[in-house]
Order: sequence, then structure tokens, then C-alpha cells
Amino acid sequence: MSGSDGIDIGDAAPEFELPHVDGELHRLAGADDAPATVVYWTCNHCPYALAWHDRLHDVARDYAGRGVRFLAINSNDAERHPADSPEAMRRRVEVEGGWPHPYLYDETQDVARAFGAERTPDVFVFDGEGRLRYRGAPDADYDDASLQAGWLREALDAVLEGREPDRPRTDPVGCTIKWRD
Amino acid sequence: MPPQVELLWWEGCPSWQQALEMLRDEAAGVGLAADAIDVIEITSEADAAGRGFPGSPTIRVDGEDIQPPGPDEPGGLTCRVYRRRDGSVSPLPDREDLREALQRAVREEAVG
Repeated sequence: MSGSDGIDIGDAAPEFELPHVDGELHRLAGADDAPATVVYWTCNHCPYALAWHDRLHDVARDYAGRGVRFLAINSNDAERHPADSPEAMRRRVEVEGGWPHPYLYDETQDVARAFGAERTPDVFVFDGEGRLRYRGAPDADYDDASLQAGWLREALDAVLEGREPDRPRTDPVGCTIKWRD
Repeated sequence: MPPQVELLWWEGCPSWQQALEMLRDEAAGVGLAADAIDVIEITSEADAAGRGFPGSPTIRVDGEDIQPPGPDEPGGLTCRVYRRRDGSVSPLPDREDLREALQRAVREEAVG
């Protein structure tokens, strides 16, 4: 089993409703008044997701004052990877003292398929009208924290200024999403 | 006998190519030929279990993992989480760990 072709630049964001680690449901449509929304796939067990983790949270904090909304989603099959179970997600957020945005669990993997998410991390940036403006990696190198998720920041700056990002598409780099059999 | 060097990899984790490049560099640095490295693809959970594969990439020198996996590592078809000497997390092992393992194996070969 694998994902689908998903959405392309300019496409509308697929709607979803998923639970955060505290059980509260979050919808993408809740971002009606946000000038930009970032949806990214991550998980607990993947070294790429862990390497980019702090950088993504830094961007979430840095752009919160400009109204940008962030939603992280874990779609991995928790039977194959218990480290990515909802309970493990909850424990991780607690140990880390809270996250700057919701950490949602996509148990059916329907949301990952609708977006065409492939890896962790895999970043999608939507404008205020819910159209996809950037999709790909946070920056060029998981091993270089000094890059500060620059590709994501470039995309957000463009969207917030009403421009098209210069680099709308990069290849996501990371662990494959662990699909159910 | 020259040291036995193995790189075990799984296609779902892209860092194996960088790991192989790093391994070839470091092997050359201690005088080992590139063909001394066995590159082994792991293609199934059964294959992973049979080889005690803790995730991709895994480098073994004379049968010993250059950074032995911890008890919490799930193993199987997954990407390995490596802790670098500077404390950072990476899908690649620390180059120093690799270099030391190769140097140790070459020294032991010379003595033995």
C-alpha cells in the first residue's frame, strides 16, 4: 500500500478533522482567518523528522505573531511502529514541555493519501485562500541546523507578501510514511 | 584476513547512499579496497529478522555494529536514529565512530 498523487501547487487544501494528543479535534478549515497555514507530516521514530524537528518548531514560533497556523500530522501505522502510536505521541509532547502547534494523528491514513504526503517530514504551505503554495522539504540539509528551514521561511514570506514562492516545489527528504498493509 | 565490512540498507531510508560514500572514504583512509565492502540490501521483514537488522543504514565491521543499537530500537524495515558525538540526531552514524571501528579492525588484523 502506498499514498496517492495528492495535490499540486495551486490546488485547494483537502479538508480534514483529526485529533490532537489531548483528544481535541482540529480541522484545517479552522484556519479561515489565517494568512497562511503549514501542514507537515512528522512522527516520533524517524531520524529525519527528529533532525528537522527544532527547526520546524522555531518557524512555528517565529511566524505565530504573523498569524501563520501550523498543524503537524503523524500518519504512520502504529502497529508496525509503536513509537508512533497516539500514546507515544502524547508522551513525547509532554516530555518536550508542549509543542507550539497541534500534533495530530491520522489513524486511517486518509489525510496523508488526500495530500499525497510521502515522507516525514513533508511540508505543505497554503495561502489564506487555502491554495497550496509550497510543498517539499524544510531546507536543503537535515544535517545543517544553520539552514533554519530556509525553504519553508522563503515560502511563508512570499505567501504573506501576496507573492508566489520562487521555489514552490522541492523533493521531500525523509523516512517513507509507514502505510498499513 | 582483512576486516569484514558490511553495509546493510533498506530502500525506504535514503541515507544509505551517503553512508556508503562515507564508508568508502573511511575504508580507503585505512587502506581497505572498495571491494572489501559487502553492500547488502534488506528487502523484507523476514530478511531483516534473519540478519538481526536494526534499521537502515547499518554498518558492521567484523560483525560488530559501529554504533550498537539500544534496546528501544525497534529494528526491521525502518530508518535508524543515530546520536552524533555532538548530541545531534541524524540518519547517518558519526564519521568518527566509523573511522575508529575501521582503524581498530585494521590494527587487530596487523597484530593477529
